[in-house]
Amino acid sequence: MLLTDSSESSIKSFLKNLSPVDQVGADARAAMLATRSIKTSSKLWAIDTAISMIDLTTLEGADTPGKVTALCTKAVRPDPSDNSVPHVGAVCVYNDMVKVAREHLDNNGGKEIPVAAVSTAFPSGRASLDVKKQDTEDAIASGATEIDMVIDRGAFLSGNLEKVFTEIVCIKEICGDRAHLKVILETGELVTYDNVRRASFLAMAAGADFIKTSTGKVSPAATAPVVLVMLEAVRDYYAMTGKKIGVKPAGGIRTTKDAIKQLVLVNETAGPDWLDPKLFRIGASALLNDLLMQRMKMKSGQYSGRNYVTLD
Amino acid sequence: MKFEYAPAPESTAIVDIQSEYNLFIDGKFVPSKGGKRFETINPANEKVLSRVTQATSADVDRAVKAATEAHRKTWSKLTGAQRGKYLFRIARILQERAREFAVLESMDNGKPIRETRDTDIPLAAAHFFYHAGWADKLDYAGLGKNPKPHGVVGQIIPWNFPMLMLAWKVAPALATGNTVVLKPAETTPLTALLFAEVCQQADLPKGVVNILTGDGSTGAAIVNHPGINKIAFTGSTEVGKIIAKSVASSKKALTLELGGKGANIIFEDAPIDETVEGIINGIFFNQGHVCCAGSRLLVQENIKDELLEKLKRRMSLIRVGDPLDKNTDLGAINSQAQLMKIRELAESGDAEGAQRWSPQCELPEKGFWFPPTFFTGVSQAHRIAREEIFGPVLSVITFRTPSEAIEKANNTPYGLSAGIWTDKGSRILWSAQQLKAGVIWANTFNKFDPASPFGGYKESGWGREGGRHGLSAYLKGDFS
Repeated sequence: MLLTDSSESSIKSFLKNLSPVDQVGADARAAMLATRSIKTSSKLWAIDTAISMIDLTTLEGADTPGKVTALCTKAVRPDPSDNSVPHVGAVCVYNDMVKVAREHLDNNGGKEIPVAAVSTAFPSGRASLDVKKQDTEDAIASGATEIDMVIDRGAFLSGNLEKVFTEIVCIKEICGDRAHLKVILETGELVTYDNVRRASFLAMAAGADFIKTSTGKVSPAATAPVVLVMLEAVRDYYAMTGKKIGVKPAGGIRTTKDAIKQLVLVNETAGPDWLDPKLFRIGASALLNDLLMQRMKMKSGQYSGRNYVTLD
Repeated sequence: MKFEYAPAPESTAIVDIQSEYNLFIDGKFVPSKGGKRFETINPANEKVLSRVTQATSADVDRAVKAATEAHRKTWSKLTGAQRGKYLFRIARILQERAREFAVLESMDNGKPIRETRDTDIPLAAAHFFYHAGWADKLDYAGLGKNPKPHGVVGQIIPWNFPMLMLAWKVAPALATGNTVVLKPAETTPLTALLFAEVCQQADLPKGVVNILTGDGSTGAAIVNHPGINKIAFTGSTEVGKIIAKSVASSKKALTLELGGKGANIIFEDAPIDETVEGIINGIFFNQGHVCCAGSRLLVQENIKDELLEKLKRRMSLIRVGDPLDKNTDLGAINSQAQLMKIRELAESGDAEGAQRWSPQCELPEKGFWFPPTFFTGVSQAHRIAREEIFGPVLSVITFRTPSEAIEKANNTPYGLSAGIWTDKGSRILWSAQQLKAGVIWANTFNKFDPASPFGGYKESGWGREGGRHGLSAYLKGDFS
């Protein structure tokens, strides 16, 4: 444990001791890594790896059982014409759709694909702790084995770090060994990289299994420098504690190029150990079809077009 | 899982290297008067790229005559706006042919294509654009009313940034109304010869730019030619001193941009990950063949271990190899001679008791290579702390207090560059005031811009290049 206790002063002094982040330098490093040229065999490998890391997501007010089951079918067999395509990392839905998703996956060859639920009054996090706890309990009872919770950004920005910390601890307690906990920082609202680094350490110290950039409802979301800063945080946390925490960028990653850039960031920041769906996920929906189209192109030498991948 | 990056070589089909090159005098490629040819090789594989001409003093004489005539008859007759037009044209052509220049530079120099593509060539074009804008505004440069060019300038440039140094020299010279006799370095003449083609393509009046290839004797003939009014030299301090002596008895104006032993100062509150990037960039950019490299790492003793751990980890990610591979970070050492010099100095570090560290990395069999390296246990008395290595070798020195850092940083005959890393703005300003260096970077390193003057204190040189200050080196006038 990095904290002597969970008091405000202890949390504050721990976060204050973290090395600062220079914005210009972090941006430059991310931009340099974006110039890596990933071709031929390594591109094919990266595409399959990225597919296996996708948290295939639908988080709309208009979600229906029909929409969610279609998504689950796609999650199991992303390309119906090619069985060598791996299944995705997880399916991510709102709370009330967890049961639908779980059942459909179980009955259609997707038993090993976890269902992730967004919880704790997603996306704003503006509810009482009791409601957040109940929200989480509900999701797990419906079959979610991954919980994507949001932090209270208002509390973080006003300096009420104890509140943020305690909420994560409480939700982690509910998850126990029943569910993995991903903590969404909503970096677009934290704005500075110093805040991103501090919030990352705060979440990890409070028990997060994963730290996640964004809800997808706020822009900017998973920018390359933000992911870089979070990957540095998990790398440093591992050096301090021996515990490997996962990272999940979400929001704004739409193309194969974007996804490969994320994998390069992982490879050259946290290191190859993190190139694993257990430690790196990409929250996305449209990305999957672009990966599939690029994969077809790599295999056949020709671009096929969007009618050769399924629109769900 | 392991993420191997498959080879991603940039194609060389875009460059058309001739088997032999003549000299570029008076707008044409002409054979030498009595000069022999010598080979220029690709330092990454030792293959011969071409054979270029060793210009003789008779050739220098011809070139100076052509430049003098061009200055008298055409270039001095043009308005600033007309000169600017040619510079804009050259800048645009450089952008259009950027990939060709980048590939050729990488082949002749050994530096990674990522750097020639993203730094050398874009910056070279930027220098022409910047100075094109000055050409018709010289009256407002703060150098007095109607400042005048020197006439014919002799320019001698080094092998570390062949095309960029050409741009640093040629662009301000032409913008201010001078004509040029330029000698590229012996080991890297090819982009200068391609630039000669660009001058033709831009319809630059004949004789305004003359390019003579050759070794030190050609350089000496330029320096000593009575028809030359100003010398601009970038290179070693050793040669700079010889040039200063030769020019001392003449009326020639002189600017020198020489060696350095830059201190990169890391305070305890520095943003550590970005600092590590800055250290890497400071010493491994361009294989450390950078006069303003941050070759001395001055680190506050209480963070030394943490910083070196992170530095080791980061250094083991450096990709050494084929300069034309788009993922290469560290390319080939430019020449056998330079490799020997780096080895000799590194060995002196071992012999004087410093500890050497390099990551595991496989070096190609052919060509000239040196792994990224740092030495710990270095004191101010070690040769590797005092002499310019001009290679990918970093000397790590510790300090305890800010004043000790400044004292050690300034304790060198050089004074070209320094870096300051701290989260504290007041400490940046205080340190910058104390440091005796021409360029000081704060929380970054090796950033260049045509608007920013560059040059050294002490044995690092005389005069400035770039910006408004750089213009004054190419003008004489009523500076009162």
